[in-house]
Amino acid sequence: MSNEWPLWEVFIRGQHGLSHRHVGSLHAPDAEMAIKNARDVYTRRNEGVSIWVVEARHIAATAPGEKGPLFEPSESKVYRHPTFFDIPEEVGHM
Amino acid sequence: MYAQMIKTARSGVKTREEMTEQEREFQDKIDNDIKIEPRDWMPDDYRATLIRQIGQHAHSEVVGQLPEGNWITRAPTLERKAILLAKVQDEAGHGLYLYSAAETLGESRDELIRLLHEGRMKYSSIFNYPTLNWADIGAVGWLVDGAAIVNQVALQRTSYGPYSRAMIRICKEESFHARQGYHAIMKMAFGTPEQKRQAQDAVNRLWFPAIMMFGPNDSASTHSEQSMAWKIKVKSNDELRQQFVDQTVPQIEYLGLDLPDPGIKWNEERGHYDFSDPDWSEFFDVIKGNGPCNVDRMTARRKAWDDGQWVRDGLLEHARKKAARKVAAE
Amino acid sequence: MTRDEALFEFLLRLGDNTLILGHRVSEWCGHAPVLEEDIALANTALDLIGQTQMWLGLAAEVEGKGRDADKLAFLRDAWDFRNLLLVEMPNGDFGQTLMRQFLFDAWHSVLLGRLMTSSDERVAAIAAKASKEVTYHLERSADTVVGLGDGTEESHARMQAALDYLWPYVGEMFRSDPVDAEMVAAGIAPDPASLREEFDGIVSRVLTEATLEIPASSFGHKGGKDGSFHTEHLGHLLSTMQWLQRAYPGCEW
Repeated sequence: MSNEWPLWEVFIRGQHGLSHRHVGSLHAPDAEMAIKNARDVYTRRNEGVSIWVVEARHIAATAPGEKGPLFEPSESKVYRHPTFFDIPEEVGHM
Repeated sequence: MYAQMIKTARSGVKTREEMTEQEREFQDKIDNDIKIEPRDWMPDDYRATLIRQIGQHAHSEVVGQLPEGNWITRAPTLERKAILLAKVQDEAGHGLYLYSAAETLGESRDELIRLLHEGRMKYSSIFNYPTLNWADIGAVGWLVDGAAIVNQVALQRTSYGPYSRAMIRICKEESFHARQGYHAIMKMAFGTPEQKRQAQDAVNRLWFPAIMMFGPNDSASTHSEQSMAWKIKVKSNDELRQQFVDQTVPQIEYLGLDLPDPGIKWNEERGHYDFSDPDWSEFFDVIKGNGPCNVDRMTARRKAWDDGQWVRDGLLEHARKKAARKVAAE
Repeated sequence: MTRDEALFEFLLRLGDNTLILGHRVSEWCGHAPVLEEDIALANTALDLIGQTQMWLGLAAEVEGKGRDADKLAFLRDAWDFRNLLLVEMPNGDFGQTLMRQFLFDAWHSVLLGRLMTSSDERVAAIAAKASKEVTYHLERSADTVVGLGDGTEESHARMQAALDYLWPYVGEMFRSDPVDAEMVAAGIAPDPASLREEFDGIVSRVLTEATLEIPASSFGHKGGKDGSFHTEHLGHLLSTMQWLQRAYPGCEW
C-alpha cells in the first residue's frame, strides 16, 4: 500500500456572495487535515472566507473528446442570453 | 533558471509532414495559444519534458528554502525575522503549487522527491551557493528572485495550463520577494561602513551565480528548440539574461555599490548593457554536484524527509483507523 | 514594586513566551516532514512573532525608558528573560515540537480568553487579536497530537516520550508570585492557578483521544517566568538570535 498522503483539490470562497473557486491541490491524510492544510497553504494572504476540499479521485470530469457534443449545442441557443433581445430604450433598464 | 538545462525528451523538432494527425492538431493548439490541459492528448515527449521541467522547478523552490532559511534564526529585528520567514514560507508554497502541477501529468510528488533524493533530478544551480552574511538575504531576494521573476513572468504564457496557472500565482507572490530583498540591502548599503561592506560582498559573490541561473548561452544550449516550439520555454536564455542585466545594473548603481563585473558597460548601439560572460566551467561543476553547498543541501533535504517518515506514516495510519471506526459505527 | 513595574514584568512574560517559542518553531522552516506542515509551522511562528511585537511593544511603552520591542528582544541577557522554561526546550523531533506546542497552546488559549476581559484595555485588545490566532494553533496542534498518538506504534511511542519529557515543565504555568498577585489585584490578569482546571480539561480530553498517558509525577521545574533559573538551552538560542545586534551595535536593519 502506498504511504503517500492522498491528493485533495481545494476550493475557496474569496468573498461572501461569490462561488467557491478551485485554487489548487495539496496532500493530507484525511479531510479534516486537508481543510487545515488548505487554510495554511491557500489563505496566507487573506484570500478566503470558506474552504471546500474534495479528494481528487472523487472528482468526475468530462473527457476532452466530448467537448464538442457537450458544449457546442448551447452555442446555438443565443436566445438564452439577455442581449439577444432588443428592448426599446424608453422602457428603461431591464 | 529554476529549471536549467532541461533535456527535451526528443531530439530535433518534427516538421509538419513528419507529424501524425494528432500531433498536428496538438501543435496547432499551441500555435494558437490554446492551453493544453491535463486530460488532453499530448505527445509522450511533451509530457516527459514537462515533468522534468516542472519537477526541477519545484525542487528548486524547496531546496531554495535552505540558503535563506539559514538566516531566519539570526534575523536582526522582529520585523526582518517575520518578513524573511514569510518569504521562505512562500517558497515552500511555490514548491507545493509546482509539485501539484507536475502531479496533473501523472507523476506523484513522492516519486519526484525520491528522484531528487537519489540524485536523478536536479534543482537550480544558484541554491548551491552559501549565504554568508546578512546582506546575502537582501541580495538573494533582490537578485535571485529578481532573476527568477524575469523567467517566470515569461512562463505565465507557457502552453501547459496547470503550469501556467501556477506561474501566475507564483508571480503575484514573488514581487513581494524582490522588493523586500532590495529594501533589506538598501538598509545595508546606506548603513554603517561595516554594513556597506557586507552589501558589496554579497553583490560580488552572487552576481555571476545569478546570471548563470538563466543557463548556458543560446549558442551552447542544445535543448531549446523543441521546448520553444512547444511553448514550454518562451524566451531564450540570452534574451532573459540580458533583460535581467538591463534592469539590475541601475539598481546596483542606486545603492552606490561597485559593479561586480568590470565588463558592465552601457552599449549605446545595442541599447543594452554589455557584461562579461560568467565562468561556465564553474556552472557545469555546480550542476555536476561540485558547488560549495551541493552536498549540504541534499543532506538537509534527505534528513528532513527521512526524519519525517514516521510522522507521515503516523498521521496516515490514524486517518485509516478513524475511517475504519466510522465504517464500523455505521 | 509599583503597579507599572509589575505590569512591565507581566508583559515581558507574555512577550518572551511568544518570542522564544516563535523562534523555536521558525527553526523548522525548510526541514518539516512534509511541505504542508512546513507551511503550517511557519504560520504559527509568524503569529507568535507578531504577538511578540505587540506584547514587547507595550512592555517598552509601560517601562517608559526609550526601549522598544526590538531592544527588549535582542539586547537583554538570559537572566532578564521571563519566558516559561517549556518554550525554551529544544525542538527535538517533530513529535516533541508538536507536544510542546500543544501544551503551550492549551494554556495560552485559556489565559488569552481571560485577558480579553482585562481591566487594562491595551492588554484586552492584544489578547483579543492573539486569541483568534491561538484558537487555531490549539486546534491544529491538538489534532496532530491525537493523530500521532493514535497512529503507528512508533508514532505513539515517540509522542509518549515527548509527553514524559515535557510534562515536568507544565507546572510552572500555574505558579503564582508577587507579580501575579499585583496583576490580580489590579484586575489586569487572572491568578495563574485559576487556569488549571480548564487546562486540565483540554489536555485530558486530547491526550485520552491520543491514547497517551499523563505521567503520574506532579514534580515541576521552575525559574523561567521569574528569570531565576533558566535552562542551558536559552543561552544558545539567544546567542544565535541576538548575534547581529550584538556584533554590529547601533545599526539600522
